[in-house]
Amino acid sequence: MSDVNIKITDREGVTHDVVAPTDMSMNLMEIIRSYELAEEGTIGVCGGMAMCASCQVYVINDPGLEPMGDEEDAMLAEAFHVKNNSRLGCQLHIADAMEGLEVEIAPYP
Amino acid sequence: MITTDILIIGAGPTGLFAVFEAGLLKMKCHIIDALPQPGGQLAELYPKKPIFDIPGYPSVNAGELVDNLMEQIKQFQPGFTLGETAVSYTKVDDEWFEVITNKGTVHRCKAIAIAGGLGTFEPRKPTFENLADYEEKGLEYFVKEPEHFRNKKVVIAGGGDSALDWSVFLSNVASEVTLIHRRNEFRGALDSVEKVQDLKNQGKIKLITPAEVTGIKGDGKVEAITVEVEGQEAYDIETDYFIPLFGLTPKLGEIGNWGLNIEKNAIVVNNALDYQTNIDGIYAIGDINTYPGKLKLILCGFHEATLMCQSVYNRLNPGKKFVLKYTTVSGVDGFDGSRKEAEKAVVKKID
Repeated sequence: MSDVNIKITDREGVTHDVVAPTDMSMNLMEIIRSYELAEEGTIGVCGGMAMCASCQVYVINDPGLEPMGDEEDAMLAEAFHVKNNSRLGCQLHIADAMEGLEVEIAPYP
Repeated sequence: MITTDILIIGAGPTGLFAVFEAGLLKMKCHIIDALPQPGGQLAELYPKKPIFDIPGYPSVNAGELVDNLMEQIKQFQPGFTLGETAVSYTKVDDEWFEVITNKGTVHRCKAIAIAGGLGTFEPRKPTFENLADYEEKGLEYFVKEPEHFRNKKVVIAGGGDSALDWSVFLSNVASEVTLIHRRNEFRGALDSVEKVQDLKNQGKIKLITPAEVTGIKGDGKVEAITVEVEGQEAYDIETDYFIPLFGLTPKLGEIGNWGLNIEKNAIVVNNALDYQTNIDGIYAIGDINTYPGKLKLILCGFHEATLMCQSVYNRLNPGKKFVLKYTTVSGVDGFDGSRKEAEKAVVKKID
């Protein structure tokens, strides 16, 4: 049980070093909200059900993320601003393997 | 013109439950919602998903919770204006507000409760520069009147249920239906996917995947769209209509221009006293409001709706004596003449 260090670049281009707990059942979207790195109402709009893509991030450095599930894959197929390294923050459960993760928050809507 | 005591904007769980609490205090409610059915996010986004933190329900599906709330409030006969959005409000006199929708429906009420949740659900639009030039000129975000498309050429884009379902439906109406999606896989109910497959095999639907619509062309109206199939050169398809169905996204909308105090896309209320906004007589309850300690939970919305109704009662009946009653003790008297009450205890001697 430990914290992991993540680099998150917000929508204004500012990079933040944040510490995320692995034992609070949090996902990356919730970490972004808890550090207020994106304005309320523009992130996690659907509550984390992979239904809105407001928490889309681009993965800049991938230390070993879990592969994408079907729901995430289908949502990203319909979302805007999607790149090859797009993931949904709400589907990325904070885990030890995320140490050193670097992401950039995608534009919304 | 529709007249009521409390006009509720938003038919989500908070707005629906407000009808019940208002009814106990003999106040009538009318609800406006942009969606064609009540239930808000619960009905639109996740009707078949379970909720685990409604007190007294270890698990309840969102759609079932909406059905239950509708059943719980029915004796208070709420009115509904569905498929319309509240656009403007005016204070007519000391007693009455007037709220007009985007379709011109006029509502008069003595108090307004904004229970708008995430906001109005608006269609997610593609990002072409000339998009606005074609809106309602062949570019449609909803299929409101299917007959409109009879014997016309239609291109639909999207990969979800609504894209699939409307492709199936319009294949019997339009002269030509083309469905374009970024992937070969569609996400939707299994039978919708199978129907599209059948119609494709019969040549009734033209399927283009994996592909993307990258532009609209036409002089004053849609005449063609440009499509790019992965790994191939872009080409144009002649069409009368282009219907992108990329889902709905919530926006605060016109309420954002009412002069309400807004912070972080939410309406600021007077810190848990009665959830009144900076405008006297206008309340904000549920996910759409904010105050120190705010939690966006359905159960908190129920609480806020209850306190709001007490405040409106005092506002409409200044000085009138009233005490809080328990429904188990006093029962529930509906506006339809119905009465629900606890069975009387038996008083009988035991030998």
